[in-house]
Amino acid sequence: MSAVTTDTSGCRITVNGITRDLTGPTHTNALDFLRGQGLTAAKEGCAEGECGACAILIARPDSDGTTRWTSINSCLLPAAALDGQEVITAEGLADGETIHPVQEEMAVRGGSQCGYCTPGFICSMAAEYYRPERAEVRDEQTDHHCGANGFDLHALSGNLCRCTGYRPIRDAAFALGQPEEGDALAARRSRPAPEAVATDVHRTDTAGGELGRYRRPGTLTEAVEILAADSEAAVVAGSTDWGVEVNIKGARAKSVLAIDRLPELRGVRRTADFIELGAAHTLSELERELAGDIPLLGKLFPQFASRLIRNAATIGGNLGTGSPIGDAPPALLALEAELVLTSARGQRRVALSEYFTGYRQTVREPDELITAIRIPLPLAPLTSFQKIAKRRFDDISSVAIGYAVDVTDGIVTKARIGLGGVAATPLRARSTEARLEGLPWTLETVHAAAETLAAEGTPMDDHRASAKYRTAMLKSSLERFYAEQLGRTAATSKEVKS
Amino acid sequence: MSRLSQRPVDPIVGERHPHESAFGHVTGSALYTDDLVGRLTGVLHAYPVQSTVAHARLHSLDADGAYRVPGVVRVITAADIPGVNDQGVKHDEPMLPEDEIMFFGQPLAWVLAETLEAAKEGAAAVVAETEELASLVTVREAIAADSYHGEALTIDKGEVDSALADAAHVFEGEFEFAGQEHFYLETQACLAHVDENEQIFVQSSTQHPTETQDIISHVLGVPAHEVTVQCLRMGGGFGGKEMQPHGYAALAALGATLTGRPVRLRLDRTLDITMTGKRHGFHSSWKVGFTEEGKILALDASLTADGGWSLDLSEPVLTRAMCHIDNAYWVPNIRVNGRIAKCNKTSQTAFRGFGGPQGMLVMEDIIGRVAPKLGLSARELRRRNFYAEGQDTPYYQPVRHPERIGACWDQLISESDLEARELEIEAFNAGSEYLKRGLAITPVKFGISFNLTAFNQGGALVLVYKDGSVLVTHGGTEMGQGLHQKMLQVAATTLGVPLSTVRLAPTRTDKVPNTSATAASSGSDLNGGAVKDACDQILDRLKQVAAGLLGAPAHEVVISRGIVSALSSSKTVTWEELINTAYFQRIQLSASGFYRTEGLHWNLSQMRGEPFKYFAYGAAVSEVEVNRFDGSYTLRRVDIVHDVGDSLSPLIDLGQIEGGFVQGAGWLTLEDLRWDDSDRPSRGRLATQGASTYKIPSFSEAPEVFNVSLLDKAHEEGAVYGSKAVGEPPLMLAFSVREALREAVAAFGASDASVQLASPATPEAVFWAIEDVRSAAGGAPIRAAAEGQRVPS
Repeated sequence: MSAVTTDTSGCRITVNGITRDLTGPTHTNALDFLRGQGLTAAKEGCAEGECGACAILIARPDSDGTTRWTSINSCLLPAAALDGQEVITAEGLADGETIHPVQEEMAVRGGSQCGYCTPGFICSMAAEYYRPERAEVRDEQTDHHCGANGFDLHALSGNLCRCTGYRPIRDAAFALGQPEEGDALAARRSRPAPEAVATDVHRTDTAGGELGRYRRPGTLTEAVEILAADSEAAVVAGSTDWGVEVNIKGARAKSVLAIDRLPELRGVRRTADFIELGAAHTLSELERELAGDIPLLGKLFPQFASRLIRNAATIGGNLGTGSPIGDAPPALLALEAELVLTSARGQRRVALSEYFTGYRQTVREPDELITAIRIPLPLAPLTSFQKIAKRRFDDISSVAIGYAVDVTDGIVTKARIGLGGVAATPLRARSTEARLEGLPWTLETVHAAAETLAAEGTPMDDHRASAKYRTAMLKSSLERFYAEQLGRTAATSKEVKS
Repeated sequence: MSRLSQRPVDPIVGERHPHESAFGHVTGSALYTDDLVGRLTGVLHAYPVQSTVAHARLHSLDADGAYRVPGVVRVITAADIPGVNDQGVKHDEPMLPEDEIMFFGQPLAWVLAETLEAAKEGAAAVVAETEELASLVTVREAIAADSYHGEALTIDKGEVDSALADAAHVFEGEFEFAGQEHFYLETQACLAHVDENEQIFVQSSTQHPTETQDIISHVLGVPAHEVTVQCLRMGGGFGGKEMQPHGYAALAALGATLTGRPVRLRLDRTLDITMTGKRHGFHSSWKVGFTEEGKILALDASLTADGGWSLDLSEPVLTRAMCHIDNAYWVPNIRVNGRIAKCNKTSQTAFRGFGGPQGMLVMEDIIGRVAPKLGLSARELRRRNFYAEGQDTPYYQPVRHPERIGACWDQLISESDLEARELEIEAFNAGSEYLKRGLAITPVKFGISFNLTAFNQGGALVLVYKDGSVLVTHGGTEMGQGLHQKMLQVAATTLGVPLSTVRLAPTRTDKVPNTSATAASSGSDLNGGAVKDACDQILDRLKQVAAGLLGAPAHEVVISRGIVSALSSSKTVTWEELINTAYFQRIQLSASGFYRTEGLHWNLSQMRGEPFKYFAYGAAVSEVEVNRFDGSYTLRRVDIVHDVGDSLSPLIDLGQIEGGFVQGAGWLTLEDLRWDDSDRPSRGRLATQGASTYKIPSFSEAPEVFNVSLLDKAHEEGAVYGSKAVGEPPLMLAFSVREALREAVAAFGASDASVQLASPATPEAVFWAIEDVRSAAGGAPIRAAAEGQRVPS
């Protein structure tokens, strides 16, 4: 082991107010780093971002220049990605002997049993506690997902508890007030978050051979130059996919290129002809900044993984993996999105429908980065996102279907349908689209096109669903879309009497 | 009232307190086994070499490659075991295989290295030479191949054959249902070192420290007194840490003795889920007879537990399943044949309910299926068959307090506004094409005590220090269930001191020996009895001292919340003064307590006796809404009335009821273990081997409205301070979710539709069930026949 040295000089992470030097191999994740520092509150429960036991808080920049306390899965994030950042763990929320209001409510209401998931819940709950938009809501706006204190329970959708059955955790969440005067973390919000710093961590053997390198360049130009020279580099943004590769499948890249904070890849740009989404914007950031401006994406976001994942995962990353079961592609296909691909050679635009070429294969060249996603305007008025999965929160879809349909004078003038989970790639249901266009938007049309839609794709049997079920989901999908438009399948749970 | 069950005036038991570690949990200061690694230096990390075939002859293991990996210190194989190569107690479970590989994922060897990374790399470099053998992966394959562990067990009571011949209605069917992964958030973990006194000290996340100690002892070939096992706390157990930790603890201990260095062994999630046992899936076939009035006359059933590769706890699990097939219903003539299928999978083990849920599920499934054919609502059919006073179980144990079944039921119907809601649902369904709602009420009767009589003993050590502070150790382990909190309340109540005077120390085998597993819901009964016994011994001595101080007879002395008084004395003294005086009078201020459950007997070969001290009762109502398009559903509302006796700690009991319910609902609806039963090279591999593929309930599956009440007037004479066990019984309240789904599915078909539902009732399974009833009702199903349904009947 003595043959390996790691040069992490200059990498410093502020955890609970104390600055610490980064240690360990370049693939070390933030969780292992923290635990190695003796901060054992964050736990490993699954090592793939599904259980939230490893959740921590990071000070992230908000769109208005302030700081937003953001909860993420520390098991997925390379520790080096925290260079120059501020982190709070469950240990750091208590102020000496005075425990944090979130901790107090969870403790006294029976929100912990075995306690192993609890520090993660505490961090997710604290992020929601400090969410600047959270404010009391009127009675009629409350339900089992939203407390009178404005607490959105989706904040906890990425945290699993095996003991409590969740009711006491919900009660704790809904009992929280607003941060009091003098709350240091609340006050921290008004100042800017740490900038992303240029990072370059090397791990070499004594002969100088490269064993691992983590680089975060400062600009897009540097990033594409690095990629031009080293097209094998693993390109990482939120690391919600790469982290799983590292933890579960043992992937070890000689070189990792972090692009999630490149200024050129951030933000939402609006023109008369399109809305452009920065590829390195996280799903949570897009959800906030679009604020429903693209209704189909507004329907997608709450069903996309969990809040913990959406806080880290980027829209570009969901396309970069090329996965056939990503949730964004079916919606973006229906929206006729284009990708902006950038390399040292220049920039080009590719229609998403032309992007996927095979199982996890795309037209993206090894030296290209996805820098933006363009959604053309105007948007179709009728949209839907259907996600079929075993679990409603935080599951991978068996089938996902995005719709964007124009109906003029009762006639379908344009139909765009994106499918996921039914073939080796996400795809457009082109036969069904053609079949629908020109026909009246009626139940008869929907029934007539059902077989066509059922025949799109070549679904498989796996542990998520049978091929037959996937086909049946395609077949029933149009009628479901139609029924949704008539308001006949709306969730009616608010009527539940207690 | 018995001395055991009677509460003093102003007791601390019965007060609402959070979990004793709650503040440690929320701040992260509560430590778990693997949090201790950083406190030792020179720790080696262990990682297994796993089998990639389901069944094979193991010819050789070549570890040379591993030793070439920098940082690898030692590779451990079967040949390194100095004692007995068995990680169980049945001598059928080699800790490391010598010649036969029994399941995909089985550890063949372990690599110890300076870092976990090096251990993994080393493990990947070990080469196993194997010869693949034919494998059995499913319970049906095992049945067809006549592959079983042990002997058949039979319950046989009354005249089954003639009763079935005479019955007005006879139905038969088949039902195969899945097991369940424990998915404790903290995976298996242990940390072993040899201490300065050459004592082998193992920190282990174990529900059964004594058995962990025993197995370390026989694997190493050393007496038990050379081994100490400590369990700080577990991040969940649920039965999965009753037997499973032993082999890992023994391996770590072996590694520590071989290398002289501390060894940490923590399974990551993938290792844990592919290597450790699970709840048994079962196959059942049955024939049931009813009278004209809908009373069960006879049941003839087979129960085949999917045991996996070794026996583990399968025999007692099967026994409990057979003893619970009646649930809350009187079955005058009954025959149950039980077998344990042997196949090439993980060795299935204890899981909350321990077979009880599986037996009861068969009965509840029968009732749900046949009620429409009898022309009765399932609610009415259930009610008609409840046990009554004077009736006994299939194993001849009289059912004490059977009226509590009906009491729970009636209280629940009223509290949940059930009848009005049934009408609302009918109206909703009439006006809703794509969404249908269903509501169901189901009962629970669950026997409390280990079926095996010997296990029903507990021990405790109570130390009172000179300053009056009290330290309690007992044989039970804390896995989140709040046992330690209850024990604190028991000790404080018995001694008469404030709760803050008592502290609990972690469970260790050198404090309390020869303990039973913290299992069978018995933790509070057994250890509470023992803690109370130890405290009573000290109290009796202290009363003599207090009598002298107060000038009153000893029998008048009352100690309550730290104040010592007597009726005939105007003086009072504090607890601290009393203890100080007692010390100077040379009175022993410590005691070891012991408890054994009286009145139990069990004959396994005849499946007959009184194995249970008492029964815990409960009932639940669930309401669901099902979507026709994909079979997805929401759990709109759950109401529960449950019998916990006189609660020792109501907030803790509430948590057990709610948590057990949701875990049961997970088993029955969402959690879907899939083994590869194809003929591909991956045959026998668990396809759902992580949190991304094996889904446990999240917030989205928790009931939207969740109301829980404890049964009134529920004193239990036979248990500590009148309480009842609560760990397992509430899990089975979740049958109401499954039955509500059945009702909602039925609403898509004709009114007399009998619905067959797979278990787990995943959205896909519910979808196909809907297709079936729509097809039968002449609707326009998306597909003609439900050939894709996984569970035939």
